Amino acid sequence: MNKVQNNRAWLLILPMLLLVAFSAIIPLMTVVNYSVQDVFDAHTRFFTGTEWFEAILNDRSLQAALLRQFAFSFTILAIEVPLGIGIALLMPKRGWQASTVLILITLPLLIPWNVVGSIWQLFTRGDIGLMGVGIRELGYAYNITRNPTDAWATIILMDVWHWTPLIALLCYSGLRAIPDAYYQAARIDRASRWAVFRYIQLPKLTNVLVIGVLLRFMHSFMIYAEPFVLTGGGPGSSTTFLSQTLTTMAIGQRDLGPSAAFSLIYFLVILLVCWVFYTAIMNSQKDATPQGEA
Amino acid sequence: MTGSLPTTPASVRQQAAAAAAKRRQRARSSTTRWRRRILLGLYLTFVLLPIYWLLNISFQTNSEILGSFSFWPQQFTLGNYIGIFTDANWYMGYANSLAYVLMNMLISISVALPAAYAFSRFTFIGDKHLFFWLLTNLMAPPAVFLLPYFQLYYSVGLFDTHVAVALAHCLFNIPLAVWILEGFMSSVPKEVDETAYIDGYSFPAFFVKIFLPMIRSGIGVTLFFLFMFSWVELLLSRTLTATNAQPIASIMTRTSTASGIDWGTLAAAGVLTIIPGIVVVYFVRNHIAKGFALGRT
Repeated sequence: MNKVQNNRAWLLILPMLLLVAFSAIIPLMTVVNYSVQDVFDAHTRFFTGTEWFEAILNDRSLQAALLRQFAFSFTILAIEVPLGIGIALLMPKRGWQASTVLILITLPLLIPWNVVGSIWQLFTRGDIGLMGVGIRELGYAYNITRNPTDAWATIILMDVWHWTPLIALLCYSGLRAIPDAYYQAARIDRASRWAVFRYIQLPKLTNVLVIGVLLRFMHSFMIYAEPFVLTGGGPGSSTTFLSQTLTTMAIGQRDLGPSAAFSLIYFLVILLVCWVFYTAIMNSQKDATPQGEA
Repeated sequence: MTGSLPTTPASVRQQAAAAAAKRRQRARSSTTRWRRRILLGLYLTFVLLPIYWLLNISFQTNSEILGSFSFWPQQFTLGNYIGIFTDANWYMGYANSLAYVLMNMLISISVALPAAYAFSRFTFIGDKHLFFWLLTNLMAPPAVFLLPYFQLYYSVGLFDTHVAVALAHCLFNIPLAVWILEGFMSSVPKEVDETAYIDGYSFPAFFVKIFLPMIRSGIGVTLFFLFMFSWVELLLSRTLTATNAQPIASIMTRTSTASGIDWGTLAAAGVLTIIPGIVVVYFVRNHIAKGFALGRT
């Protein structure tokens, strides 16, 4: 769409800008402010420069948390994206079945995050949970409070349960936008099921998948409530992700300087990875399908 | 005469072959259809099983939950729910959560609508940078803003009010709303605007009377997302409230006491937090298919 050059558009932006500035810029400046100072109390503070940043970057437990975070985010992306596409292809296209399936699939997305943790806690406990008891009956000593592998597997299963619907619904709406004529043409050409997917459906899904992958990456990188309720970060610190580390540091221990430096690094990592994802996907799309409009 | 004879069997044969092929195809498509149904059924079971278990436990007494393992409540009880609805601390949690969620939806949508219109229709100095900056707020982990928010709202006297949480959630909800609405607005042709201006509409009249009705499904979908992300958030809402505006999510942590965890009440409270979601999704069910692509398919 050809847009009109008009700087009065700023007037339309202004209310939004003031509000977001209040809830984003002021707090962010506070964080920057803390990150370069050592605050003892309201009146005593010293300028420390980059000291906190160096301390954070060299902290072994934080490096471990960061690695754990990346491992988690990429694992769930690798499972949820293909699974979500698969589910979207399976979903009925019209009628009451379509809306029933839609409502059921959307359910996990609308449950408060700590309740998701509680649901899975109830579901996986060895004494009262269906899954916990079921696996123990099969002869495996399943225990998420003792065994890090079990804890990891459960948290990933929980995240797949919680967020695959988002990818599935995004892809479903992408698929709904493909005109029937495309499928008819494919039938005339006797295209195989795979060819239909590869050359008709997948290209149409690129846009929604970009949204899906970015949203999923961002949210999984900020995950807090679900593992906090389910495992409390344990056993040991095997499921302690970045948000929980930061919350403990900032609220629990009141280490203002280090936690502020940590916050900034954390934020920058997310921005960087999102930017890399976005550029990579957009470039590969540009090479694959030279389309005028996006 | 004889020349035409062989053609008849040939065409018959052809027809028969075509019919057989169609039959085969139908048989194949019916097996694939069943395979699809079974796979989808398996996935839906996976989605519903944990929720069923929550329901199951919410209808049991604590002694039954811990004493015996059963696939459905043996002594069906509503005691857990009655406990919640008779305790003001509990049910006010729901009221508080709904209050700040609705407030946030109202604030976000009313500032996001004009902003999204500006982004979709005009170029102006710094528009691209501004849009990108907005999206970066979507990526800001709430944990980063915990401490500054606490101090900011404390110093302006908003701590432990619904407004504080509603404003804090604007951090990610306004950018999200602008992003979604911009997609929907850009799919409305610009000629609509121009025609309206030629017909003598002023900008506000055009915007409210013509433009908004045209993107109402987009607005519905946006409200759905705003509700969703404000309703499910725990970290900010818990940090910014103490007693007067405490959300249900943080009240639920109260179920763990010295004598152990009150599983029944926890489950019942959990079930009750799912219900508003079901209501909302029921209303937008016909728009989800299109709306989830955020107007960008």
